[in-house]
Amino acid sequence: MIPLFFYLGLSGILFVCGVLGFLIKRNIITIFMSIELMLNGVNLSFVAFAAHWHALSGQIFVFFVMVVAAAEAAVGLAIIIAVYRTRETLNVDQVNLLKL
Amino acid sequence: MTPNPYLPIDSGPIADLWLIPVLPLAGAAINGMFGRRSSKTAITTIALVFPGVAFALALWLASGFSSASAPYVFDKSVHWIRAGNFQADFAFYLDQLSLVMLLVVTGVGFLIHIYSVGYMTEDDGYYRFMSYLNLFMFFMLTLVLAKNYLLMFIGWEGVGLASYLLIGFWFTKDSAAAAGKKAFIVNRIGDFGFLIALFLIIQHFHSLDFTAVFEQVAAKPTETAGVGVLTSIGLLLMVGAAGKSAQIPLYVWLPDAMEGPTPVSALIHAATMVTAGVYMVARSHIIFERAPGALTVVAVIGTLTALFAATIGIAQTDIKKVLAYSTVSQLGYMFMACGVAAFSAGIFHLMTHAFFKGLLFLAAGSVIHGVGGEQDMRKMGGLRKYMPWTFWTMTIATFAIAGIPPLAGFFSKDEILWMAYISPHGSRVFWLIGVITAFITSFYMFRLWFMTFFGEYRGGPATHDVTHQSADAHAMHDKHDQHGHGHGEPHESPWVMLGPLVVLAILSFVGGWVGIHRGFDRFLAPVFHSQEVAHGSLATADEEAAIAALEKQELILTGVSVAAGVLGLYLAWLLYYRRRDLPDKIAARLNGLYDAVVNKYYVDELYASLFVKPLVEGSSVILWKGVDQRMIDATVNNAAREARHVSDNVRHMQSGNLRSYAGWVAAGGAAVIGYMVWMGVR
Repeated sequence: MIPLFFYLGLSGILFVCGVLGFLIKRNIITIFMSIELMLNGVNLSFVAFAAHWHALSGQIFVFFVMVVAAAEAAVGLAIIIAVYRTRETLNVDQVNLLKL
Repeated sequence: MTPNPYLPIDSGPIADLWLIPVLPLAGAAINGMFGRRSSKTAITTIALVFPGVAFALALWLASGFSSASAPYVFDKSVHWIRAGNFQADFAFYLDQLSLVMLLVVTGVGFLIHIYSVGYMTEDDGYYRFMSYLNLFMFFMLTLVLAKNYLLMFIGWEGVGLASYLLIGFWFTKDSAAAAGKKAFIVNRIGDFGFLIALFLIIQHFHSLDFTAVFEQVAAKPTETAGVGVLTSIGLLLMVGAAGKSAQIPLYVWLPDAMEGPTPVSALIHAATMVTAGVYMVARSHIIFERAPGALTVVAVIGTLTALFAATIGIAQTDIKKVLAYSTVSQLGYMFMACGVAAFSAGIFHLMTHAFFKGLLFLAAGSVIHGVGGEQDMRKMGGLRKYMPWTFWTMTIATFAIAGIPPLAGFFSKDEILWMAYISPHGSRVFWLIGVITAFITSFYMFRLWFMTFFGEYRGGPATHDVTHQSADAHAMHDKHDQHGHGHGEPHESPWVMLGPLVVLAILSFVGGWVGIHRGFDRFLAPVFHSQEVAHGSLATADEEAAIAALEKQELILTGVSVAAGVLGLYLAWLLYYRRRDLPDKIAARLNGLYDAVVNKYYVDELYASLFVKPLVEGSSVILWKGVDQRMIDATVNNAAREARHVSDNVRHMQSGNLRSYAGWVAAGGAAVIGYMVWMGVR
C-alpha cells in the first residue's frame, strides 16, 4: 500500500506545475491546459483521501469536478475561438482591452 | 376617550358639516389643476359656486341654531392620529362661537370672492388667484371648525401658507416676494409659541381635544400667584396669537402684507385670517380665565398695540397702509377685550370689524381701481363726484369704524370700552387708552376720507396720456393695481365690485344692532358660561339702585367715547378740509416726532439691526463659512480626496495583464492557505 503522503505530494506537484504554467505561459491554450492540470491535481488528492478514509464523498466530488471541467472546456474553447477570430492572436498579453 | 356628551341638534342631514370646509378645497383643486386651460367663465363659476354653497350651508345651519342649542360635534370622520391613549381626529365642532366665525368667514369671504371677479379678471394669474382664495377658505374653515388643537393648528398653518401665496401673488415684484417671506417668517415665530403651548397641553392633559382639555382645566384652581402651567400655556398661546393677529412685537408683517392684491388685504389681512388669534384666545378662554397673569399680558399687549398702531396710522400716505395700521389697532382692541375676560365683546368687535374693515379695503380697492393704480392719497381727492357708490359705502364704513352711533363699530367698541372699565380684570388705564385710541382712529379715518373724496382731484392731468384711448388704458391698468400710468378721468367700478360693497355697507350699518341689550353676549353665553354667571349676579343680586347707577355710568362712558369719535371727525375736518395748510405746519413744528411716526417709529430698522442682521451675519460667517464650509464640507471633501489618493495608487494593480491578475489570485489564495495553516498549527 502506497502511503497517502506520496499521493498528496504528487497532487501538490501537479497543482504547482499548473499554477506556474498559468502564470508564465502566454499562449491561451497552454494556460487553459494548466488549469486542467490544477484541477486534476486536486482530483488526485480527492481520490487519495477517499481511499484513505474509506469514504465515497471524495470520489463523488471528483465526478463533479470532471463535469464542471468538461463544461468549462467547452465554453472556454468557444471563447478562445471567438477571441482568435477578432484579435487574430492567442497571446494573452495582447488581449487587454479592459485595461484602465 | 370620553363618550360624546352632546346630542346633534338635528340628527338628519346636519352630518354635512364636513362639507363646508371641503367644498372650497374642491374649488381650489379644480381651478388649480385645470384653471390654466379653462375659460374665464368656467374659472369664475367654479370659484364662486363652491364657497357660495358653503355659505348657503352655513346659513342653513345657523337657521337651526339658537343660544340654547347644544354644540354639534362631527367626529364620525376619518381617524388621524391614534397612538396609545392619545388621539387626534379630523373632527369638527360647531357651537355658537364657531358659528359666528363660520358665518363671518363664509359670508364676507364669499362677497370678497365676487368682488375679486371684477378686480382680478384682467390678471394673467386669474385662475391661480381664485384657486388660492378658495384654498384659504378651506384652511380658515378648518381652523374655526376644528374640534382639537391639532386640527386647528393645521388650519392655522394653512392660512399662513395661503397668506404667503397671496401676498407674493405678483411674485415678479421684489417687494411683494419679500413681503410674503416676511409674513411667513414672522408668523413662524408666533407658531413656535403656539406649538410649545400644544406640547405643554399634551404633557399635562394628555389630549388636544377641546372638550377633554377644557374639562380638566375647569377642574383646576385659578393660578393667582406665580407662573403655573396654565399661565405658561396661556402666554405661549398668546405668542402664537400675536404672530397671527399682528400684535406687538410681531405686528411688522401686516403693513408689508399690503403688497398683495387688495381683495387679499380685505379677506385675509383684515376680515378673517388676522382674527384667528382672537378666535383662538376666545376658544381657550377656560385656560385664560384660570390664569389671570396671562390675561393681564393679553390685555396690556392689546391696549399697547391699539394705541401704537393708531399713532402710526396718522402719518401714512398710502391708502392701504393707513388701513393696515388701522387693522392692527382694531385687533389690539379685540385683544384688550379678551384680556379683560370680555371674550364675547372681543368676538363681537371681530364680527363688526370684519364687516367695516372688509368694506374699507374693498372700497379702497375700488378707489385704486378707479384712479388707475394710484395708492398715494396725496394724489387723490375729489373722488366723491367720480365714484358716488364707492364714496357712500366708504362713508358708512368710516363712520362705523369711528364709533359713531348707530353704526356697527359703535356698539362693539363701546362694549369693549365698557367691559375694560367695569370688568374685574379691567382697569381705568385700559379704558382711557382705549378712548384715546378711539379718538386717533376717528381722526386718521376721516383724514383718509377727506383726502380721498373731498377737495379737487390731484392726480389725473399730469399723468393723463392723450395718445391712448381711455378704453385701452382701462384694460391695461386692471392688470397691475400698483402701476400708475396714463388713465384719464377717475371712474366708478363695475357692478360686480360695487355689489359686495353695498352688501357690506348694509352689514356695517345694521351689524351692530345684534348687540343691543347684550343680545350678542347672550347668544354666546353657552360658550363663555363663566361670564354669564358674573352677568347674572350683576343683574339679579344687586339692588336696583346699583343697577341704575351702573347704567348711568355706562351712559356717561358711552358719551365720552362718542365724543372722542366726533372730536376726531372735527379735527380731521379742520386739518384736511378747512385749513389744508395746517398739517404741514404742524408737521414742521413737531419735527422729530413727525419723522418718527412717518417712519413707523423705526421699528423695522430696529428689528433689522437687532435680530435680522445679527442672524444673517451669524448664519453666513459662523454657520455657513465656519461650520458648514470648514467643518461639514471639509470633512466630506477630505474623506473623498483621501479615498481618491488611495484608489489612485491601488488601481495600478488593475493593469489589464491577465497573468498579473492570475498572480494576484494565486498570491491571495496562498495567503489564505498560509493563514489557515498558521491558525491550525497554533
